[in-house]
Amino acid sequence: MAEIGLDAVVMPSEDVVAREIEGELIIVPLVAGIGDMEDELYTLNETGKAVWDRLDGKTSLRAVAAALAEEYEAPVGEIEKDILGLIEELLKRRMLVEARGV
Amino acid sequence: MDQEPRTANQEPRTPSYAVKRSIGEHVLWKERGPLLSRLDLELTERCDNACIHCCINLPAADAQAQARELRTGEWQDILRQAADVGALSVRFTGGEPLLREDFAELYLYARRLGLKVLLFTNARLITPELADLLARIPPRELIEVSVYGMRRESYEAVTRAPGSYDEFRRGVGLLWERRVPFVVKGALLPPNKGEMEEFEAWAATIPWMVVPPGYAMFFELRGRRDSEARNRLIASLRLPPEEGMAVLTRRREAYYKDRVEFCTKFMRAPGSLLFGCGAGYGGSSCVDAYGLLQPCMALRDPQLAYDLRKGSLREAVTSFFPGLLSEMRATNPQYLERCARCFLHGLCEQCPGKSWSEHGTLDTPVEYLCQVAHAQARYLGLLAEGERAWEVEDGRERVSKMTKEVEA
Repeated sequence: MAEIGLDAVVMPSEDVVAREIEGELIIVPLVAGIGDMEDELYTLNETGKAVWDRLDGKTSLRAVAAALAEEYEAPVGEIEKDILGLIEELLKRRMLVEARGV
Repeated sequence: MDQEPRTANQEPRTPSYAVKRSIGEHVLWKERGPLLSRLDLELTERCDNACIHCCINLPAADAQAQARELRTGEWQDILRQAADVGALSVRFTGGEPLLREDFAELYLYARRLGLKVLLFTNARLITPELADLLARIPPRELIEVSVYGMRRESYEAVTRAPGSYDEFRRGVGLLWERRVPFVVKGALLPPNKGEMEEFEAWAATIPWMVVPPGYAMFFELRGRRDSEARNRLIASLRLPPEEGMAVLTRRREAYYKDRVEFCTKFMRAPGSLLFGCGAGYGGSSCVDAYGLLQPCMALRDPQLAYDLRKGSLREAVTSFFPGLLSEMRATNPQYLERCARCFLHGLCEQCPGKSWSEHGTLDTPVEYLCQVAHAQARYLGLLAEGERAWEVEDGRERVSKMTKEVEA
């Protein structure tokens, strides 16, 4: 997989269902090949959830990072690094798909 | 950015933001869990088998029952409501749920809502198309297939449905070929009693069977209380408690380990409160084929049912059931004298549902279950011969002592 860049635009895959239950974001694999155990689901931590909620297939990761930096009053560089880590992981797990090129 | 602590079953390489959770082992919610963790959907009471021991089976061709069943859209609405109140999974059961012509549609609908699906089936109606669907979009719970015998003669002596054995074998074969995870469970009955070893040897070859199969043998009576003759037949098929113990304890170590864990967690005298089990809200509830929500699958008391055609699942689990059940107390003097004081509660399967199917009340001791529990307690060393558990004053101490001995 090519390295993801901040200009990438990604969105949730149709192969998973994201559900928010009592404040927890739970990602339930829909098709075979995502998640290897029948009883395993995935959750995102609070900041992971904040990122996920902004992945609309239209907004670049750079813009997502900028919005979060403003909201959390945190250094944008640090947030960008974390977002890239999260997105790479979710792409690898097939929970996200790229909406346009990296 | 903060990260969740890693757990043992996560991949150990890079920092992980998406935390893999096994629902059975981890508590997902810091404060309050969902209003309901699982909803049981009894899609139909009809079944293509007519098993001699079954507590819920109307003939497959019962047009009257079929006409009363919820329509596809009504089930979809209930599934949406289940997802809305936070249920993680639904159980499709029956009768035989695959008798519903819209089964695949309902299954897909549930999965697309992000619900895991637990399917209870006899596997007779599994087609190549359905098996393909289950392979492509897995239920995320092991399918549970009931097995009634290892040979055509024994199987069909139980199911009373000619041709059922071959269909069951074909259905299981379709799942297996496509590697759709399933497990099997047995029902120990006179026609198949001699086939346990054969059944277990076969079950051990199924890739998803990590433990030997369990057996139904202390059969429930019909919750609808719709046939005294059928109930007499079911009661006659129950294993005598001591014989049941011989089956349960064939793997002595595993039995001890399981029972000790169970006893430590769940055994205690319940007092007069009838619904300490959490039935109806918090844990699970059951919708019958006609849209009536019941506290659990065993309990068919119409006074405790909530009509989902007239109200909402949320209302039922936040208001109706808690209001009705949380303070409901036994009044039957026999129950108060025995069950309410009995430290075997938990090990004993006495509950309002069983009381209802046996006696039509919520708080009548079920003698057979009492005998089974006493037989287990004697085996575990919790009771001496002739002792009655409700008269024992140091029950908790006995359980602790047994736990320590087994751990040692």
